[in-house]
Amino acid sequence: MLQIENLSGGYGDKKIVDRISFGVEKGRMLGILGPNGSGKSTLMKLISGVLEPTSGVVRIDGRPLGDFPAKELARKMAVLPQLHAHAFSHTVRETISLGRYPHQSGWFSSWSTEDEAAVQEAMKLMDISHYESTLLEEMSGGEQQRVFVAQALAQNAAVLLLDEPTNHLDINHQKELLDTIKKQAIEKDLTVISIFHDINLASMYCDELLLMNEGSIVRKGEPHEVVRTHDVESVYRTRVSNHPHPELPKPQITLLPGVRRQSAGQQVRAEDFLVTPEFVVYQSQLPLKTVSSAVVNAGSGWFRNFLNRRVEADYNIDNSFEEMVDYIEGSGLKATDTVAMMTAVRTEHAIVREYQADFGSLVVAVTAGVGNGVDVSQAMAREQRVGTINTWILVNGILSDEAFIQAMITATEAKTKALQHEEVIDPLTGTIATGTSTDSCLVAATQQGEALPYAGPITEVGKLIGTGVFECTVEAIRLYREAKKS
Amino acid sequence: MSKSALAYLVSLILLVGAVVLGVTVGTVPISLAVIWNPASDEAAANILWNIRMPRVVLAGLVGAALAIAGAAFQGLLKNPLADPYTLGVSSGAAVGAVMTLFFGISIPFLGLFTLPVISMIGALVTMLAVMGFARLVDRSMKMETVILTGIIFSSFLGSIMSLMIALTGEELRQIIGWLLGSVSMRGWPYVQMALPFVLVGSFVLWLYRRELNAMLFGEERAQHLGVDVKRSKMAILIGGSVLTGSAVAVSGTIGFVGLVVPHMTRLVWGSDHRHVLPLSFINGAALLIVCDLVARTIISPTELPIGVITAFIGAPVFAFIFFRQRRGGL
Repeated sequence: MLQIENLSGGYGDKKIVDRISFGVEKGRMLGILGPNGSGKSTLMKLISGVLEPTSGVVRIDGRPLGDFPAKELARKMAVLPQLHAHAFSHTVRETISLGRYPHQSGWFSSWSTEDEAAVQEAMKLMDISHYESTLLEEMSGGEQQRVFVAQALAQNAAVLLLDEPTNHLDINHQKELLDTIKKQAIEKDLTVISIFHDINLASMYCDELLLMNEGSIVRKGEPHEVVRTHDVESVYRTRVSNHPHPELPKPQITLLPGVRRQSAGQQVRAEDFLVTPEFVVYQSQLPLKTVSSAVVNAGSGWFRNFLNRRVEADYNIDNSFEEMVDYIEGSGLKATDTVAMMTAVRTEHAIVREYQADFGSLVVAVTAGVGNGVDVSQAMAREQRVGTINTWILVNGILSDEAFIQAMITATEAKTKALQHEEVIDPLTGTIATGTSTDSCLVAATQQGEALPYAGPITEVGKLIGTGVFECTVEAIRLYREAKKS
Repeated sequence: MSKSALAYLVSLILLVGAVVLGVTVGTVPISLAVIWNPASDEAAANILWNIRMPRVVLAGLVGAALAIAGAAFQGLLKNPLADPYTLGVSSGAAVGAVMTLFFGISIPFLGLFTLPVISMIGALVTMLAVMGFARLVDRSMKMETVILTGIIFSSFLGSIMSLMIALTGEELRQIIGWLLGSVSMRGWPYVQMALPFVLVGSFVLWLYRRELNAMLFGEERAQHLGVDVKRSKMAILIGGSVLTGSAVAVSGTIGFVGLVVPHMTRLVWGSDHRHVLPLSFINGAALLIVCDLVARTIISPTELPIGVITAFIGAPVFAFIFFRQRRGGL
């Protein structure tokens, strides 16, 4: 649909865009990314024909841009520039009607039903029909932006060039606007080229991305090929981290700030754990990066409070989440800052131990009850009951993503080994149990001190986790059994 | 009734009213009946058709030309303070006229029309010079370049005019009188001279009404919308200059009409050029006819220069409308 071949150009003698070539297929959405001054807007002006290129050519449907008379070009390509102030008042309707200019011809050309339909549809799409006779100057920047998008849509062109369409918009309107444009692109086979400041939005909505720096293309391809930590860091000169979008197969970027409040070196210590018959709780001064399978705030996140609460064996687990949140808030903690799990075991029998090694230290906390032991290889339909082995590992160090997962694996293996060592039997099958049906595990790290990229059994921290979890679980099972006997 | 239909109706009623007043009121009151029954009062019919009517029509043409040119320039320059004189064309016309008076030029077969003809030539030469120079400076002819060029040329021409005024003796009163503007004692030949320019110029501007709408959002935006910006700009500049030049040539530099009429039209009826242009045309005509009426009757039998009256009447009216618009109501 659109071919850009060897395009160069700029202002006066200053060359800003330098020999850029790419193509966009019909119905595709291409996002242009790049830092300020990388030549994005200049490239847009060259493509829209506002600026004469010093060399190279832009082709629409194979025909060079220069061959199009102004009106015909406007029927092929609509442009949304960045918002500018203007001196006179216009109503929303007048403004959008101008989008029909290229479709009108002759001295006395009148407003056709087709023109009217296009304007009405554009207003409906941008959700501004009720503003029809409002003056532009009385609207907020975001509303004005939507009016200009509607103007471009009313042009009914096959190619849409957008320069930061989400400027001035709140997140809801950003989403609405890009949803609308994407929908138009799909339904009407529109070809869209858009400049983005927001890498994440671009990644979410575009089929292809183009990363520019100093007037040239650094990388072009699907979002996963372009939104990569290394390229983004070198082009934008900033630290970022890359992670997947929770719903879409598109990469997202998180900015890593250069400035952080200096925090006193915090250490997790076993003696700071509070163990009572009702709960085990650890309150950290600083949030710990946590990965867990808890009841409240499972998954990953940063939390200050860690709670393992005792509930009765006949606790109704159907609405356990709400009940737990109420309980946390009731005990004066913030539910958003707390990871909480539950157990039917007497929490005063929790084993909390600190382990030292060269890299630093870690604390393991285990509550275990094995009346519900399960051999997982035989576990098919079983009745759900309250979980009984809760394992926490809190590390004084910096864990990488893979270290968190390896720590989980190591801890689980150590737990299973402990059950085997204590000969815990699955009552249903008579084989040795590997765990209980609702065990929880939690790994947290201060993310201060030594960097620990791996946490498998080959590493020091992995060895410590293996030993610690094994010892604590064995100890906890023994305590549980003694308490059962008495 | 739609808003625009109402706008045209009101404006036309004002114009007709102005024309009726213009031809009937004066030192000799004339009844309208003379129009369809000239035989009833030969002398009155004579005054009406040969003195008052050409004067009213000329005032109307000049007012219309200045107002529509002002509307177009304001839109093109995206500046509500622009007027037909911004580009320096009027200074060219004025220099031509002042030169004629100063040197007492009289081209034989032109006779009394020497002044308007030379004035028109002055306007035309200035227009070509301004455009040519602006093009030389900046091939894309950005509006800023055109405005600056206009300012350079008008100040240069203004100084030439001041020089002639400073050196002049007995022609001073004549020159000042011409500069302040007047449509008295012109007659039908002046109307015939101005009419084609006013009609063609206005028609050209009207053809570019939609382009003007688009260009209010900036030249770049207009190009995105499919406007051939260069051609439209040229056409509007030439159309407006032709109107201004012809108006100044036949009546002198009458101020205020070209600035305020389009402005008031926008305030009251909105800024869509499809309506701003014709409405400015009609209202400009009506305003200048009324102003001329006041100029010749207020301290009768002495006539005041019309330029004194335009601002004298126009400014309070403008102030009133401005006040009502900003403070709500009306």
